[in-house]
Amino acid sequence: MNAKVVMKRPKSLSQTDFTYCPGCHHGIVHRIIAEIIDELGIREKTVIVAPVGCSVFAYTFFEIDGTVASHGRAPAVATGMKRSRPDRIIFTYQGDGDLAAIGTTEIVHAANRGENITVIFINNAVYGMTGGQMAPTTLIGQRTTTTIHGRDPKAAGYPIRICEMLSQLEGPTYIERVAVDTPQHVIKTKKAIKKAFENQINGLGFSLVEVLSTCPTNWGIPPVESIKWLQENMMKFYPLGIYKDRTEERVREGIV
Amino acid sequence: MNNKLIAAGFGGQGMMLLGQLIAYAGMLEGKHVTWLPSYGPEMRGGTANCTVIVSDKPIGAPVVAMPTEIIAMNIPSMLKFTPTLVEKGKLFLNSSMIDREPGRTDIEVMRVPANEIADELGNLKVANIVMLGAYIKKTGILSQNSIKSALEHKLVGKKKELLELDIKAFEKGTTLV
Amino acid sequence: MAEKVLVKGNEALGEAAIRGGCRYYFGYPITPQSELTEYMSRRLPEVGGVFLQAESEVSVVNMLYGASCVGVRVMTSTSSPGFSLMQEGVSYMAGAELPAVFINVVRGGPGLGDIQPAQGDYLQATKGGGHGDYRLIVLGPSTIQEAIELVMLAFDLADKYRTPVEVLADGMIGQMMEPVEFPEMRSLNTLPEKPWSLTGAKGRKPNKITSFDLDPYKLEEMNLRYEATRKRIIANEQRWEERNVKGADILVAAYGTVGRIMKTVMELAKEEGINVGLFRPITLWPFPYERLEELSKKVNTVLTVEMSGGQMLEDVKLAVKDNAATPFYGRMGGVVPTPEEILEQIEKIIKGSESA
Ligand SMILES: Cc1ncc(C[n+]2csc(CCOP(=O)(O)OP(=O)(O)O)c2C)c(N)n1
Ligand code: SF4
Repeated sequence: MNAKVVMKRPKSLSQTDFTYCPGCHHGIVHRIIAEIIDELGIREKTVIVAPVGCSVFAYTFFEIDGTVASHGRAPAVATGMKRSRPDRIIFTYQGDGDLAAIGTTEIVHAANRGENITVIFINNAVYGMTGGQMAPTTLIGQRTTTTIHGRDPKAAGYPIRICEMLSQLEGPTYIERVAVDTPQHVIKTKKAIKKAFENQINGLGFSLVEVLSTCPTNWGIPPVESIKWLQENMMKFYPLGIYKDRTEERVREGIV
Repeated sequence: MNNKLIAAGFGGQGMMLLGQLIAYAGMLEGKHVTWLPSYGPEMRGGTANCTVIVSDKPIGAPVVAMPTEIIAMNIPSMLKFTPTLVEKGKLFLNSSMIDREPGRTDIEVMRVPANEIADELGNLKVANIVMLGAYIKKTGILSQNSIKSALEHKLVGKKKELLELDIKAFEKGTTLV
Repeated sequence: MAEKVLVKGNEALGEAAIRGGCRYYFGYPITPQSELTEYMSRRLPEVGGVFLQAESEVSVVNMLYGASCVGVRVMTSTSSPGFSLMQEGVSYMAGAELPAVFINVVRGGPGLGDIQPAQGDYLQATKGGGHGDYRLIVLGPSTIQEAIELVMLAFDLADKYRTPVEVLADGMIGQMMEPVEFPEMRSLNTLPEKPWSLTGAKGRKPNKITSFDLDPYKLEEMNLRYEATRKRIIANEQRWEERNVKGADILVAAYGTVGRIMKTVMELAKEEGINVGLFRPITLWPFPYERLEELSKKVNTVLTVEMSGGQMLEDVKLAVKDNAATPFYGRMGGVVPTPEEILEQIEKIIKGSESA
């Protein structure tokens, strides 16, 4: 990447200004996705299914067709789309409340069916939109507005590791956890998300990329320190890496 | 008495607290009060406002189309709410952040350099309380002691350290109009 | 009664539930009621209660089903989309005759809508909401003080009639602050016995709770029992407020937030020489049809004002019949009407009927 390329607005991003807080990682991930859609030349056949959460407006931020699903149901909506129009590229963009709490059923079954869709999963360990309540991914001891003394596993259970959990299923093709805290990680994230889209283009089945993200507003930590907090706390509990990759296998099986 | 105030500024400028302090002090004086915030995620970094009514009579509508007073801490707030102010209403402008004219001549305008004064006092965060001082002095709707009691009630725990400074800021505010 | 405190509506609703003997709360965050969920997460542990943030509203309602089965006072709070999601479970609870309290802090709809105060869920609340023949008792508070009283009443009614009860609030009541007085904490020893509950068949025959029977005649019998309960509720529990109805030039029917806005409208109208009467249903189900019918005989017009496209209007028309004209004024999408614009409507109607 040279500076010139980075500065140019990807065609797949709309002119609408982001509504995210300063230091929020949603915006970075949007940009990466838009660049990939441009690079793959799929802008005119890609459809976004936005969630309910801070990224509820994501369907307006991309210069592509898009909708908003009801809270948690994006994978089901995407399934309906993909099954009806298999030649379109369908992706969901979901937060951790959306995907890992209210939408666990939908994500588990879409993954298990090996739906040929791409899922971008933003894990910021908190409910951003509604004002900082506990998310299923909230770390033990982490304070939120519904766990003011810190998350206590006896009362609120343990954080859910979605990549690890879904990789137990036979259905998914590719599952990776990434972050966008450093330039190197941004490059890795881009590679992962690109692969998740290429898999769909090649008809290889379900791909999910989890991005560890900051929420400075609801963590109550300024943006720069937020990155540090993410590195020191989230990355320990949620190690980055590939959790499942059956891409080669699927190619051999010839699932197209 | 039936004072209807809209207090508006950037999220973080303490307009919600200012409104609550007035409502609380009003309650202490046996008045009828309501406090109604604008709410939702749009308030992140955007404008935040609240409506406070202090009245001798029970309050029906807590929504106010035409306030009797407005506190505007920044330009967007001034532009948004000034047209709604009643004739002869009072407009309190944070002149540290507002260098424009409100564009109405049928109202009374008070310019309060709230940020500058708060800065002089050593903490920008008390700019809202400086403004509160000016508001209470000018309108005279509540006693200064009730506001001080409200401050004592609201600033507990960690925030208690700020109490002395807030009282100072409040008193300073009362000298500005 | 204790001293006055200045509280946010959402927190007052939570405290009222606790004072009314509720120690079990299951919920899922949603604006504009999240402060209520957050309040319960802080407050319930202090009084030995249980707070659980569930993974969805579908789970919430089923947790309520479970808690209610074992005989405790249980509640949840949510806002419009969340309550829609609960409807299947609410229907099951109605069928299984399980008491519980649902607080719906209504926001603009349909769909994801917005988060501003609205009254677009009236029909869902009062006409069933889920599948099958049932009604919820629906209470519509118009001030925070009244909301406190109605939440406490809701638990008593739920237990008395073994039915889910809905408190239909809105974003305004949830978000605003005003001074209130809280009643004393209800002692848990004074709560009614629930011999039907599933506490273990020790020294008695096993209890069964279900909304299910494959035999249509038996299911009809169950339905007849529900119907008998509804009749008792209709006979005993209608509540409303009427103000200035004698000699009114026009009667306005409004509930909840609009009901309180109307009080300002009435004052403004008086200054203009117009005598406005107010009929404010407090139980939205059972709706006080008979009383409104009587009142409607004395006026030319019953204007319904709502923050919806005209939902309570249907009940008003059922009550008023041909006794008076039944015009409507409403704002939708989370827009709260100002007293001035409602007054303008009233003036128009009065002028129109004078010239006619
Ligand atoms: C049925 C339903 N319940 C609750 C809500 C309220 N709600 C909106 S967003 C959200 C959670 C958002 O958190 P997350 O998915 O982690 O996304 P983030 O905002 O952190 O990006 C909730 C509970 C809703 N819109 N619909
Ligand atoms: S609240 Fe958190 S997740 Fe939402 S936009 Fe702000 S920083 Fe991002």
